[in-house]
Amino acid sequence: MDISKEKLEWMYSTMYRIRRFEETMLEQTLKGNSMGVAHTSDGQEAPPTGICAHLTDKDWIGSTHRGHGHCISKGLDTSAMMAEVFGKATGQCGGKGGSMHISDFSKGMLGANGIVGASIPLAVGAALTSKYKGTENESVGVSFFGDGASSQGVLHEAMNLASIWKLPVIFACENNGYAEATPSWYSISAEDIASRAEGYGMPGVVVDGMDVFAVYDAAGEAIARARAGEGPTFLEMKTYRYHGHFHADDASKYRKPEEEAFYKEKDAIKHFERTVTRQKLMTEKKMKSIRDVAEQEMLDAVDFALTSPMPEISTLYDDVYVNYSNPISGLR
Amino acid sequence: MTTSQASKSIGPGYEGVAGSEKRFRDIFRDTLRAEMLRDEDVFLMGEDISGGFDKDTKEPLDAWGGPFAATKGLVQEFGPDRIRDAPISEAGFVGAAVGSALTGLRPVVDLMYFDFVTVAFDQLLSNAAKSRYMFGGQTRVPLTLFARSGAGTGHAAQHSESFYSILAHIPGLKVVVPSDPYSVKGLLAAAIRDDDPVFLVNDKKLINLTGFVPDEDYIIELGKGRYMRRGTDVTLVGMSYTSVACQKAAAQLAEIGIDAEVIDMMSLSPFDEDILIESVAKTNNVVIVDEDTPRASMASEFAAVIADKAFDHLDAPVKRVTAPHAPVPYNRDLEIAFMPQPEDIVGTVKNTLDRE
Repeated sequence: MDISKEKLEWMYSTMYRIRRFEETMLEQTLKGNSMGVAHTSDGQEAPPTGICAHLTDKDWIGSTHRGHGHCISKGLDTSAMMAEVFGKATGQCGGKGGSMHISDFSKGMLGANGIVGASIPLAVGAALTSKYKGTENESVGVSFFGDGASSQGVLHEAMNLASIWKLPVIFACENNGYAEATPSWYSISAEDIASRAEGYGMPGVVVDGMDVFAVYDAAGEAIARARAGEGPTFLEMKTYRYHGHFHADDASKYRKPEEEAFYKEKDAIKHFERTVTRQKLMTEKKMKSIRDVAEQEMLDAVDFALTSPMPEISTLYDDVYVNYSNPISGLR
Repeated sequence: MTTSQASKSIGPGYEGVAGSEKRFRDIFRDTLRAEMLRDEDVFLMGEDISGGFDKDTKEPLDAWGGPFAATKGLVQEFGPDRIRDAPISEAGFVGAAVGSALTGLRPVVDLMYFDFVTVAFDQLLSNAAKSRYMFGGQTRVPLTLFARSGAGTGHAAQHSESFYSILAHIPGLKVVVPSDPYSVKGLLAAAIRDDDPVFLVNDKKLINLTGFVPDEDYIIELGKGRYMRRGTDVTLVGMSYTSVACQKAAAQLAEIGIDAEVIDMMSLSPFDEDILIESVAKTNNVVIVDEDTPRASMASEFAAVIADKAFDHLDAPVKRVTAPHAPVPYNRDLEIAFMPQPEDIVGTVKNTLDRE
């Protein structure tokens, strides 16, 4: 396996941190500590980890309502993320965005987006900036979206634009089989969403989205193509969402236990552990120390979020514009 | 030259200012060119903004030079990367423009007809307008969009809208409506240099109008209106092409001894509350003229502000002259009846002042 020891450790740590962030966040939400709706991505750790392993802070990603895994993979701070979910002043967006809008522009994270498909052209626009400035080799755009967004018109417009303008874009489709409760076999006309890439003149690759090494390899090729100025690639990663669509959704109403068991057996973290153990690439002792650090990180994140202050009410009126000459306050 | 003082008259009359008579469409293009020369991060994107490519050389032909030839000649000077022809996919390229604005460029998007804003509406509302706020002030979206509005040219229901009120309703967006060559130069330059998303709505009836334009580089501060005519009997409030209609109406009113003041709002979000209140405090009567349909319109918004903040100055109810609550018709006679005409304004003023 051609992955450095440090990168392997980063991959394990990132996947485990995503898993534990989501489980912790869900537990806290059910306790009433979150202020709103939260969508978990545990089960789907491999796609963002395998892709972001190739990226730096100069690369841009667009994300979705199910975006915590993208954020963690792109290097965002989990305490500021948890505080944002809790609606606190110390949150990544000062408590203005919440779970669905976590962002950090200093890390090349264009913001999680609550409108399904809406962030896709933003990543294309970031790639257009790279092309305009001649920096494709150091700044690509990755658009994360799900099987639900694959039916949105804006994806198809964005794919066409990226292709005709040869932009450095990776269309990263995380197909977890369900758009809310609607199964992809019902709502998607193609067997593989990736097959649609051919119609837009770009490679479309189907990847096992529960296998971080498969994702890493496919993404490596796609990102190398983008950095070389050869244009966009479409990756469809077949993966699985362990929980319901959002924190209060009971997925057992529309998914069979056998199906859930099948994917739990393919679990991305277990697969990683089996692989590195078999190939003697990482010891159980090392993995345990990585897990212990992550467990402490989540305890710290919850503590930070719980003890952080609420935003000042006056911030209600801040940052609607850079400048605006009429009052922002409403009429009373 | 700016219109930084709401009460300061900036036109007509530019005594001592160097300049010349220019066509609206020419000064529009000249201003785009000047802003592109001024800042290399400014680029233009839209359908047929050069128009056509040579199949063999792949070079742009500039066959159209943009809708209404608004950008003619720019592709020869700046090349196809900065004058970027886009396929007919407004949601895609407006979204890409927002993405490029979030990552350091200053895109200018030509949306062709104003009606097409609906095809890209989610990108404008959910991304352009909200990114700064929902991400806690981390970012800014220096995006400019422009498109042609207005009835009167036989473009029928889907190419003639003036519903700029739906954009002015959106927190995070700014909306400006030039009414002559002077104002389009200052507002377009201000929009491109502004760090917030700004939509410039350009009535088609203005495109071939001429007017005096100062040579100097100037911007018009967003959110400021101006007096186009001073008067004492009634305030006529215009925006976009209705400012032209208000001036025509004022001339007709003068013939029957009514001295009308004409305000051109120029900006719809933010907008100049002070100039409305200042003028109504003087004339005590007001008629607001809007080619948009009346429900939840800018005319209604201005009327509400005047009723709230200048109530004690009013001698008569605030009146509005608007399009009917209907789509724009094709037939010329119906189309003329759809638009607020100077005669309609004169009639409403006479009723307001209780004059025969």
